[in-house]
Amino acid sequence: MLGALIIVFREVIEAGLIVGIVLAATRGVAERGRWVTIGVVCGVVGASIVAMFAGVISDAFQGSGQELFNASVLGVAVIMLMWHNAWMARHGREIADEMRRVGTAVSEGAKPLTALAVVVGLAVLREGSEVVLFLYGILASGTTVSAALIGGVLGIVAGAAFSALTYLGLLAIPNRHIFSVTSWLIALLAAGMAAQSVHFLNNAGLVQALDQTVWDTSWLLSENSILGRMLHALIGYTERPTQMQLLVYILSLVAMYLLMRFARYSPAKRLPAAAE
Amino acid sequence: MRTILVLLSLATAAVLVPVELRAQDVTITIKNHRFTPSEVKVPANKRIQVTVVNDDPTPEEFESREMKVEKVIPGKSKGVVRIGPLAPGRYPFFGEFNEATAKGVVIAE
Repeated sequence: MLGALIIVFREVIEAGLIVGIVLAATRGVAERGRWVTIGVVCGVVGASIVAMFAGVISDAFQGSGQELFNASVLGVAVIMLMWHNAWMARHGREIADEMRRVGTAVSEGAKPLTALAVVVGLAVLREGSEVVLFLYGILASGTTVSAALIGGVLGIVAGAAFSALTYLGLLAIPNRHIFSVTSWLIALLAAGMAAQSVHFLNNAGLVQALDQTVWDTSWLLSENSILGRMLHALIGYTERPTQMQLLVYILSLVAMYLLMRFARYSPAKRLPAAAE
Repeated sequence: MRTILVLLSLATAAVLVPVELRAQDVTITIKNHRFTPSEVKVPANKRIQVTVVNDDPTPEEFESREMKVEKVIPGKSKGVVRIGPLAPGRYPFFGEFNEATAKGVVIAE
């Protein structure tokens, strides 16, 4: 039972941390609850479908279908996160102003919310399909069904509770800092996902350049530990990164930074028009 | 006579080299939540293609932190993972869904 609990818990917190960050990043935006819920529900449904077709996906592309699928899912999530951050850089100040004036709810939030709903959905899809497959394995093997199944369900509950704690922790950040903090969290999240995506492409044999391991910090912080898993999900911590992973990580951060600066720069010129 | 011997050994080498290259592809089978073979020898500093065949009806996750591999293999199915280049050494792997029995090691040399 404990084994099942831990396995499911680990998968759930990876998706849960992302949901927590998204909820914190959209604090004060109207209808965010609905969008995040849509993301989670679509993710769960998608995860079940992916699990159902796991055999087909795995066999596709000479047995590398799963890697290509994961790499694409991560790639889409990275693009969505970049879009969100660029949008936030452009409109963040207006939203913050509006929050101050009108209280908490802000009407103008629909655009990044769709992007973030997609990110939430994809995160739940990716981690969730493994949970579904794992629970299916327990059911199919028939041994000590109840205990293992209870463990799995408890793992989901514990993971959800942990995600709620993350969210509450982020809420402790004062209002005026929340946008910059969550923007940076999302930038690191996206960079980690981009590096992970490249790793999947490497496993699929598509990207082979710069495949030497740069460092090994498994003695310091194992990726298998809870803290290691958390940092892996949050900032893309990898105990044995390849040169390519490191390069993509840094390039993603630079790209995100430039994108945010560029996005922030243009509305300043259009500000008089907006004030009308 | 000596030239014939040299030619023969060269010919043998020419035949053996491709065999040696092909030997980099490894197949590991999962049955009753155990890996066969559980100890796999591979050449160091080369990319190796590992085909993991899951003969069990239940899914398994072929995982190794050391080799940076994490792949779900559905029941009665197979998957391909690419590992390496590995420095000489021992690289343990396991099946995450049945960690108690599903264990093995890749030895790069």
